[in-house]
Amino acid sequence: MALLEVENLYKSFDKLEVLKGISFSMEEGETISVIGPSGGGKTTLLRCLNFLEMPTGGSISVKGEKIFSADKPLNLREIRKNRLRFGLVFQNFNLFPQYTALQNVTLAPKLQAKRRPDYKKSKKEIISEIEESGKKLLGRVGLSDKLDYYPHQLSGGQQQRVAIARALALKPEVLFFDEPTSALDPELTDEVLKVIKRLADEKMTMLIVTHEMRFAEAVSDRVLFIEGGNIVEQGTPEEIMRNPKEMRTKKFLSGYNI
Amino acid sequence: MFATVIQSLCMGFLKSLEIFVLTLLGAVPMGLLISFGSMSRWKVLNVPIKIIVWIVRGTPLMLQLLLIYYGPGMLFGNNIWGGNYGGRFAAAMVAFIFNYACYFSEIFRGGIEGVPKGQREAGQVLGMSDREIFFKVTLLQVIKRIVPPMGNEVITLVKDTSLARVISVYELMWNGQSFLKSSGLIWPLFFTAVFYLGFSGILTMLLSELEKKLDFFKI
Repeated sequence: MALLEVENLYKSFDKLEVLKGISFSMEEGETISVIGPSGGGKTTLLRCLNFLEMPTGGSISVKGEKIFSADKPLNLREIRKNRLRFGLVFQNFNLFPQYTALQNVTLAPKLQAKRRPDYKKSKKEIISEIEESGKKLLGRVGLSDKLDYYPHQLSGGQQQRVAIARALALKPEVLFFDEPTSALDPELTDEVLKVIKRLADEKMTMLIVTHEMRFAEAVSDRVLFIEGGNIVEQGTPEEIMRNPKEMRTKKFLSGYNI
Repeated sequence: MFATVIQSLCMGFLKSLEIFVLTLLGAVPMGLLISFGSMSRWKVLNVPIKIIVWIVRGTPLMLQLLLIYYGPGMLFGNNIWGGNYGGRFAAAMVAFIFNYACYFSEIFRGGIEGVPKGQREAGQVLGMSDREIFFKVTLLQVIKRIVPPMGNEVITLVKDTSLARVISVYELMWNGQSFLKSSGLIWPLFFTAVFYLGFSGILTMLLSELEKKLDFFKI
């Protein structure tokens, strides 16, 4: 059974239809890259999957369990619960400026822990467990020596790596990336892409919206080309990047030097 | 004479201080409420509030003091404040709190709207509730943003307390000026300036201390 199943997803803003029936599925451990021109709906798709926007049609299922269906609107609590199944890494990192790298990573887990029934009883252990796993996560993204740095003391690449660690801290089933390197200077993109590549090797299930074609080709199991709110073409990186069938895909890729 | 003057000025200063403290205590929460109202998506709420804020900020506080104190009695024949000193003081506090709440509300609104949308969204995708996002993510960033403009308002309030004398609240200026009228003395007025300068000086120091405390992060 697919880990994530997106069926016929629609999203309109007033009269503007941005997503026009997106359907795809993801297997556990799969890495998918989403490419396509700006304004094609890539970011809107991610925002819908994380309920930052409510889809106007279609459904989303995780492991066969329907977590969203357009004809059954969710209440805030359900949205919050469902969001925890996914993680999102933003283009602009959106780290919390008043917290250190480690605090950024541990804030959400600590707030989640307060909802546990045994929180009062074993508060100390829970908190120190969260701190430990936060440190480990920052180690995984190569920032063990920056635990107590505030975001403004870190480079863009380091900030984005903290953001990745922060998203991983809640153990999402799928991690989404929204153009994770677009806000970075070219010399800083590599360190972020390396971290994502490592996650792919570790079989984290990921969906990456990106303009880094070489990276997409190297890291993904599958590539989706989205334009005009539709998936125009999908396949292995080889099929899409080297032998695209659709005219629109060819035209888009011709703008890149692959 | 000197001792009499200083004693009188000290009494006046205490009254000014009382106006100052009560205004802040009332205007901060009220300003928050007004700012939430003016940011509301409902037009029936945000339009009237914006008009009220415009009127309050667009007219002199002295005029508001006079209207609030004399208005009910002269217009409707019902002096809700009563004729005594306590009534005048209460009327002054209503005018001050309402006036400053409107100014504060605009500062709060600017501070809240100035927090990038991404901060809230980052909190949302991390499963935080609106409450958690406000208290754990947004609030400190708002405070950092509003400390400088709030500092300006607070310093202005120190001096605005002197307006209360138009409805005969015996604050510092009233007491200082009384010696001009009764004994033809000008120097007590200079001493009122010492009080105002001393107080605003202390506040300036506290405010810059607070700004330094919030300097550990950048927004």
